[in-house]
Amino acid sequence: MKTSKTNLILFLLAIAIVLVPLIFLGDSEFGGADGEAGDVILEINSDYEPWAEPIWEPPSGEIESLLFSTQIAIGAVTIGYILGTLREKKRIADNR
Amino acid sequence: MKRKGYQFVWITLLLLLTPSISNAMHIMEGFLPAKWAIFWAVLSLPFLALGIKKVNGIFKGDVNAKVLLGLAGGFVFVLSALKIPSVTGSCSHPTGVGLGAILFGPTVMTVIGTIVLLFQAILLAHGGLTTLGANVFSMGIIGPLVSYGIFRGLKNTSLNKSFVIFLAAAVGNLLTYCITAAQLALAFPDPASGIGGSLVKFLSVFAVTQVPLAIVEGLLTAIIYNLLMEYKSKGVISIENI
Repeated sequence: MKTSKTNLILFLLAIAIVLVPLIFLGDSEFGGADGEAGDVILEINSDYEPWAEPIWEPPSGEIESLLFSTQIAIGAVTIGYILGTLREKKRIADNR
Repeated sequence: MKRKGYQFVWITLLLLLTPSISNAMHIMEGFLPAKWAIFWAVLSLPFLALGIKKVNGIFKGDVNAKVLLGLAGGFVFVLSALKIPSVTGSCSHPTGVGLGAILFGPTVMTVIGTIVLLFQAILLAHGGLTTLGANVFSMGIIGPLVSYGIFRGLKNTSLNKSFVIFLAAAVGNLLTYCITAAQLALAFPDPASGIGGSLVKFLSVFAVTQVPLAIVEGLLTAIIYNLLMEYKSKGVISIENI
């Protein structure tokens, strides 16, 4: 099978796995699993006090998502740039 | 020469400037007693030192390897920021370290993992500086080690190579979270059922949530691998290990 076709199938499969919980568990909160782990710690040892605080927290959800999307953007640009370079090199090699 | 300069700038940018956030998986700031925090940090240090040595070698080496390192780094940045809903009704994220571990060996991913975790801790209040050692151990050492081991063990078998890559990345991801659960269980044994009881509780938070995400990570890693193999077969990039 051609690489592009295989990859398209793999990609659609990945998207389907992400969508399933959203479609079938629409009522859930979808919070982070580390917060839940914190709850389990307090359940096991209710006296435990975290002995350090984060040195800085994003002031709001908006700022958090800004930093968050910046990360993805930089990673994605890098991947796209490198794969694009390789693709072009391949095209040139094919035409030679 | 100019090209080389560009790639260097990209990789440096990628490694140094990117803030990283993730909502799930890492042990939160202050949530590991000091002796355990120190224990995991000390255990992680030799791997980090080996990794830094290896990354230096890559920077001195040929352009191919630098391009691949940039790709592996970019993959970690994207994947570790994708918070994905899971069947348990909570969110977690892939780690993305499997690809780089397969391409470069595990210790290089210790370096990239540490950078990602450091920025998460400083800029996004996820994970933490006191728990950095423990988080590096799970995401930057055990995860890559498992991925690398599975790949090396199965690459010469008759199994489809893309499937081997899928398996290596997915299991590495899953094991990362199992280690996180084990670290928490060791630090917080259940008063009634001991470490084992705690382990079950923590695993039920992390591991179950992680199964679908591990599969997603495996699929995405296989996609990149398939592309790389096509380019390799056309001779536009040389990749030593795969």
